[in-house]
Amino acid sequence: MKSEIRNEKEILLKLDDVHVHYGGVHALDGASVAIDEGEIVALMGPNGAGKSTVLKAIFGIAPVHSGEVLWHEKRFKPVPHEVVARGIAFVPQGRRVFKYLTVEENLEIGGFIVGDKKELARRMAEVMETFPALKAKRRTKSGTLSGGQQQMLAIARGLMVDPKVLLLDEPSLGLAPKIVKEVFENIKEINERHGTAIVVVEHNIKSILGIVDRAYVLAKGKVAAQGKPEELLSSGVLEKIFLGEK
Amino acid sequence: MEYLIHLAVMSSIYAILGMSLNLVVGYAGLLSVTHAAFYGVGAYAVGILTVSRGYGFFEATAIGMVCAAAAAWFIGIVSGKFKGDYYALVSFGFNIIVFSIFLNVQSVTRGPLGIPGIPKPELFGTAIRTNAQFLILSIVFALLTYAISQWIVKSSFGRALKGIREDEDALRVFGYDTARYKRIIFMIAAMLAAVAGSLFASYISYIDPSTFSLNESIFILSLVILGGLANVNGSVFGAIVFILLPEILRFVGFPPDIAAQMRQVAYGAILVLLMLYRPQGMFGEYKL
Ligand SMILES: Nc1ncnc2c1ncn2[C@@H]1O[C@H](COP(=O)(O)OP(=O)(O)OP(=O)(O)O)[C@@H](O)[C@H]1O
Ligand SMILES: [Mg+2]
Repeated sequence: MKSEIRNEKEILLKLDDVHVHYGGVHALDGASVAIDEGEIVALMGPNGAGKSTVLKAIFGIAPVHSGEVLWHEKRFKPVPHEVVARGIAFVPQGRRVFKYLTVEENLEIGGFIVGDKKELARRMAEVMETFPALKAKRRTKSGTLSGGQQQMLAIARGLMVDPKVLLLDEPSLGLAPKIVKEVFENIKEINERHGTAIVVVEHNIKSILGIVDRAYVLAKGKVAAQGKPEELLSSGVLEKIFLGEK
Repeated sequence: MEYLIHLAVMSSIYAILGMSLNLVVGYAGLLSVTHAAFYGVGAYAVGILTVSRGYGFFEATAIGMVCAAAAAWFIGIVSGKFKGDYYALVSFGFNIIVFSIFLNVQSVTRGPLGIPGIPKPELFGTAIRTNAQFLILSIVFALLTYAISQWIVKSSFGRALKGIREDEDALRVFGYDTARYKRIIFMIAAMLAAVAGSLFASYISYIDPSTFSLNESIFILSLVILGGLANVNGSVFGAIVFILLPEILRFVGFPPDIAAQMRQVAYGAILVLLMLYRPQGMFGEYKL
């Protein structure tokens, strides 16, 4: 099934049989996930399935017990600054913007590893172009932004490193449907404009149907199903996983 | 007049303590209750080195700063493994340890007897004799601390500290080595506290361990909270209010001996009232 879906491009980022243990809890129990250059992949699954843990394992902020994370088919040390330096950016669940800092300061933090001031300014101008609402509020404390704006800031902050892969953990969480639509349009636009590969954790497959190339369905720390969204929808596997367990 | 000068000297010493602790507690969000230990290290460095080893004030101060930084480096590494309430507990454990060292390593510190006869600083060959002259010195150091603090909090380093305070895990995701940032600011604050200790030892000319107990750390923390977390000016304000508090009590009509006893109660009451009604302090932007 895998080879049908993916074309001949080199695999950009891969988790191979990763196990993550939190004490006795096996958050990931042998999960394998692959992301190609420029594609948008959804990670789905019920609460506690291990979606966030997949992203955290890539970033080296989850206790990986065994298995490997590969970048361009090569192993690398999963510690955050190494991961960011390779062009992987993480937009965590719950946005986690720095509420007491301004929009601009949040973006500067996002571009921490960029170093060069001019380059930083250039990128800031660029992300503000993608998110005009942020530009107007650049000197506002981000805690006073609306939920949707905070989500855009969280994404913009991730974009500051010009990532090759953007990991988005539930960007639609707690947002009104209209705003969710906007956020997903932004995601699509980022992908098309810069060829950024995007991994997006999402509960509701219908809302991302139009934008994702492939989806993985996680259950209990394992990949239970994967494929094109339409295939997953018609196969009935989603109902089984989401409704089959409490 | 002499008494006013005394209050001003003490205010500037406590302003240094407050501003430096605010860098750690207010900006980086580390609830450190061990600042009096570093204050003591600075004071003892000057006490020991000037009285019996013939060092000058400024050399002794520099050595005290290095010692405080070394202690902070070590304490920072150990307490860095903890967060929140546990961090506070571990930090005050260290204050107790350092206090016991002052008290019990009698061959060096003279223990409870303390160190008397600490000389005043000498600047360009002339000794600072009067309290007014000392006031100028202490204000210069307070202004330096003020400038350093403002510079730090406005820099990208300061922004990272605020990020640590809000969400350290989120900050790490952008490549920040947050443990290192915490260690560095803790060491800088310790060095500044040591300077305050040097000034104190030389000004009062006598030190003993009791000045550097856990109580003192709580006192400094309280004045920082009063002034406001993450506000440099607030710490200066808090220091002045806390130093003047006994005088204020006297002014509103308490007899001097009662005012002296009321002091501790008043400090405690201020802290409780702040927590109840104004947890961000007078000028702070965020709550503990
Ligand atoms: N820090 C942690 N300590 C202990 N257990 C954890 C920790 N983080 C996650 N877990 C456990 O690991 C499992 C997977 O968690 P994860 O956050 O990856 O789920 P998720 O699929 O993202 O769920 P959600 O949709 O609720 O965000 C859960 O059982 C969770 O309780
Ligand atoms: Mg999650």
